[in-house]
Amino acid sequence: MSKTAIISAKDVDVFYGEKQALNKINLDIPENKVTSLIGPSGCGKSTFLRSINRMNDLVDICRVEGSITIKGQDIYAPEVDVVALRAKVGMVFQKPNPFPKSIYENVAYGPKIHGLAKSKTDMDELVEWSLIKAGLWKEVKDRLDQPGTGLSGGQQQRLCIARTIAVKPQVVLMDEPCSALDPIATAIIEELIDELRNNFTIVIVTHSMQQAARVSQRTAFFHLGELVESGATKSIFTSPEDERTQNYIMGRIG
Amino acid sequence: MANSDSATIDLVHSQRKKGYELFVMGVLILCSLVAVAVTVGIVLSLLFEAFRFFERIPLTEFLFGTQWSPQTALRADQVAAEGAFGAVPLITGTLLISFIAMCVATPLGLLSAIYLSEYASKRSRNLIKPALEILAGIPTVVYGFFAALTVAPLLRAGGESVGLDVSSESALAAGLVMGMMIIPLISSLSDDVINAVPQAMRDASLGMGATHSETIRKVVLPSAVPGIAGSLLLAASRAIGETMIVVMAAGLAANLTANPLEAVTTITAQIVALLTGDQEFDSAKTLSAFALGLVLFVTTLVLNVVALRIVRKYQEQYD
Repeated sequence: MSKTAIISAKDVDVFYGEKQALNKINLDIPENKVTSLIGPSGCGKSTFLRSINRMNDLVDICRVEGSITIKGQDIYAPEVDVVALRAKVGMVFQKPNPFPKSIYENVAYGPKIHGLAKSKTDMDELVEWSLIKAGLWKEVKDRLDQPGTGLSGGQQQRLCIARTIAVKPQVVLMDEPCSALDPIATAIIEELIDELRNNFTIVIVTHSMQQAARVSQRTAFFHLGELVESGATKSIFTSPEDERTQNYIMGRIG
Repeated sequence: MANSDSATIDLVHSQRKKGYELFVMGVLILCSLVAVAVTVGIVLSLLFEAFRFFERIPLTEFLFGTQWSPQTALRADQVAAEGAFGAVPLITGTLLISFIAMCVATPLGLLSAIYLSEYASKRSRNLIKPALEILAGIPTVVYGFFAALTVAPLLRAGGESVGLDVSSESALAAGLVMGMMIIPLISSLSDDVINAVPQAMRDASLGMGATHSETIRKVVLPSAVPGIAGSLLLAASRAIGETMIVVMAAGLAANLTANPLEAVTTITAQIVALLTGDQEFDSAKTLSAFALGLVLFVTTLVLNVVALRIVRKYQEQYD
């Protein structure tokens, strides 16, 4: 399909035991753009997101069929190392989940395990770069040694974003990153997402259609395990082709 | 609609039940007071009898004396009729055996807890957990004769074959078996605290490309350390107070030694020895049991309080 697609899903089925959560998903995700996945609860959008970095592997009964490729490489191929995959495809979770360590240690965690910094100065720079990118540097630069869990919810979530991008992934997956935050913290994160797409490809699951409209260039609408419609955010929101998409956007379902 | 014609509502008759409620509450309070009363009574009798002991033997001699031979005089004019009551060999013996036990139980208990909570499949978990619980259910007297009749002779034979002189009642045998006994205590408590580390922490680490073992080492265990420390303290307190194993396997010779191959004795074993058989109730020998009991009580109480406080504080962290 499109040449700029960094992630490409073909006929993806996901099962939890007997239950089929996703049915024949075909979706291309363009590089350096924000793609939002929307749809009512239980529609499979989070499941799809978690298939992209194989976090679904952690669920024993989960089975993925079909193919998901990143830059042409099948991520479910037997020779693929999930550890390497997740270093390239980072994830930000619904609830801010900083480690009970200092702010510095939180950001340095990923680079340390992947050996990305050769010296203390390298690490300092990387931590600073990540915190600047995550829009948190000014607020925490004088208290890097304090626990990350002591920050406010919005700051914690930005810390988690800094921690994720410190590994320099190509793709950042966000699973409803603002659902636990107040409107002001949400606005800050949305602005941040818009800036981050210069460096990263972002896939975001959101329950808020306004958020999808504000932050994303591409939108995919999921319903009952199927991908109903995907395309440019503007056209999905102004002239949806499918009736179900229209109903959802108008607030008639979900 | 039926009620609407009566002008007043009967509020008085419910008083009848009030007496019954008070009665029930009274019974419940009484029952719970029994436990409190018994605890207070035991502590008081410990304190009182220990005080009587310290009237005869100075506290400093008891706590710092290195000779323990609580003889009863055969003749009134016998030299050293009252014996020697230096508790140091008993305390060091207790600590030596507990230390050996902890050396055995800490790695085994902790590592099996990590396996159970992080690696084990449901099936092997369902197999191993009950097995550990059975270990916890074995009566200590069985551990005791296992130590005395199986482990101790094995150690002795093993020692002989390499030219070591192992006493037939060695601290090592008692400590090893006691370690086995407290493994389930450590593993089940540690398993609980490791499980209490939120899945979100693991997800965050795994999601960043950390391997399973990196996640455990760098995220899960550091978060669980306070709880694990608490479980170790509880286990240590259990080891210090353990009686049957040491009575049967550690011996009664009050040697002041750090050599695990020699026989040592412990506070609990001595208390048993002091009070079994016919005793003169007010001799220093009998009373010394209360002093020893007091030492034991204070030690385990402090350990338990500290451990529970650590565990509780840790649990609050993630609520």
